[in-house]
Amino acid sequence: MELILLIFVFVMAVFLGFELIQKVPSQLHTPLMSGSNAISGITIVGALLAAGVVEGSLGKWLGFAALILATINVVGGYMVTDRMLGMFKKKGK
Amino acid sequence: MEYFINISYIVASALFIFGIKMLGSADTARRGNMISSIGMLIAVVVTLLTRDVNDGDSLSFGLIAVGLLIGAGVGVFAAKKVQMTGMPELVALFNGFGGLASLLVGWAEFAKEGNFDKSEYPVFTAAAVVFAVLVGGITFTGSLVAYLKLSGRMGGSATVFPGQKALNAMVFLALLAFGVVFVLTGAAWALYIVIALSLLLGVLGVIPIGGGDMPVVISFLNSFSGIAASAAGFVILNNVLIVAGCLVGASGIILTVIMCKAMNRTLADVLFGGFGSSSSKAQEVEGEMKALSVEDAFYVLEAAQSVIFVPGYGMAVAQAQHAVKELAEILEDNGCEVRHAIHPVAGRMPGHMNVLLAEADVPYEQLCEMDDVNAVMETVDVAIVIGANDVVNPAAAEDESSPIYGMPIINVHQAKSVFALKRGQGAGFSGLVNTLFFRENTRMIYGDAKETITGLVAQFKD
Repeated sequence: MELILLIFVFVMAVFLGFELIQKVPSQLHTPLMSGSNAISGITIVGALLAAGVVEGSLGKWLGFAALILATINVVGGYMVTDRMLGMFKKKGK
Repeated sequence: MEYFINISYIVASALFIFGIKMLGSADTARRGNMISSIGMLIAVVVTLLTRDVNDGDSLSFGLIAVGLLIGAGVGVFAAKKVQMTGMPELVALFNGFGGLASLLVGWAEFAKEGNFDKSEYPVFTAAAVVFAVLVGGITFTGSLVAYLKLSGRMGGSATVFPGQKALNAMVFLALLAFGVVFVLTGAAWALYIVIALSLLLGVLGVIPIGGGDMPVVISFLNSFSGIAASAAGFVILNNVLIVAGCLVGASGIILTVIMCKAMNRTLADVLFGGFGSSSSKAQEVEGEMKALSVEDAFYVLEAAQSVIFVPGYGMAVAQAQHAVKELAEILEDNGCEVRHAIHPVAGRMPGHMNVLLAEADVPYEQLCEMDDVNAVMETVDVAIVIGANDVVNPAAAEDESSPIYGMPIINVHQAKSVFALKRGQGAGFSGLVNTLFFRENTRMIYGDAKETITGLVAQFKD
């Protein structure tokens, strides 16, 4: 049952994603990409969880590596997007 | 506790949705990014609070803190240090890290079962593991190759060899076959083969794609990194991963489609075409390339009423954006109307030129999209092409035998005169001869774009 629910969530999210980003002006394509890229670092949660329940030492280190990589993705992605958007904003004034 | 966690994940998902929506509009984009980062923070903190994580002898809090610190340190360093011209390779690299993380999550989930040959391993979870590993692996090595090409550490041109498509197809089929074996038997060796093959496929898939097609590839890999996260979400049955991954997957696909349209090519063409290697046919172009000195260019510009800048990847390479902005300001003070025309695929990633011009503080009103500029092109006195090539090649509009025929271009050839700033006489990434350079109304200004423009600025100041 939980599985069906998750698949339902998945399908809804696909439609939602397409709806949300239909008309993005082209000057925002790069920030949109790096910003959404940071969101894909959500796998950091997966890294924490998977690593958290691991007993074997292999899984532990796999989780640890995943954690580092995902953190780079998240932190770097959000910061660089913010830096870029800061440049865009200046000219509005 | 379980409820609290799940509700927090739903809140985080909602923040991602809001954030990504706000990223779509210039006024709200920065706040949108902030909101989605808060969503991420919530998701991480709540996960750390779960019993699973801080229980027993698993990855302890200490180790987690070390991992977070290392990752954050590298991330902050990269984000602060990168130059705006280097943005495409940085995004490619981050994409790759996300993909590899998803692969590792899938693998770790399998490894924790301890007994690798467990036949009662749930089929669905096994399938999700395969999917996360497959997509994550392709994303990782594909992004790495894209990174190497973009940063110039590897030749940007398409690498093709006989039987390439057949080999790729075989690798893919083998990947599926071993994936099925793993799902059915739960055998560890099958998973290892899947991991190896998906890493291989990422490399094989991206090497035949040329530099100018990079906007499509980056968008596509961006989408893949999201799908990989979503797949990892199915592995650990976690809703926030599924939703967030899906959003990224969808947005990446949309960008991919936009990029493909801007090049009048299908995704299949880009991914499997091996563009720029097959078109060896020599083209006969009438006319000759006429060079112009910076000094003569200055006299023309001084008299011009309307000037359009058309930047391309060459502007990024020469780091000429600040000089361009300075020249544009001087021209405006001289009573000239200045605009910057940006082709959707100019540069190496979607919106690349916009970022550079924004960095140089070019006013928003001066940035024009392709269609708006083309409508008034005939009234333009001088179109200055800065390191752009294929996006201004009239062959795309006129020569049906041209490989880029049908691609929408900026019609600079309709302007009264065209200055093409170029390093030398070579062809663009596609290896195509640009017939623009041979036109009656085109003058070539050879040399480094930044030096040329700085030279023009100096002339105006004298």
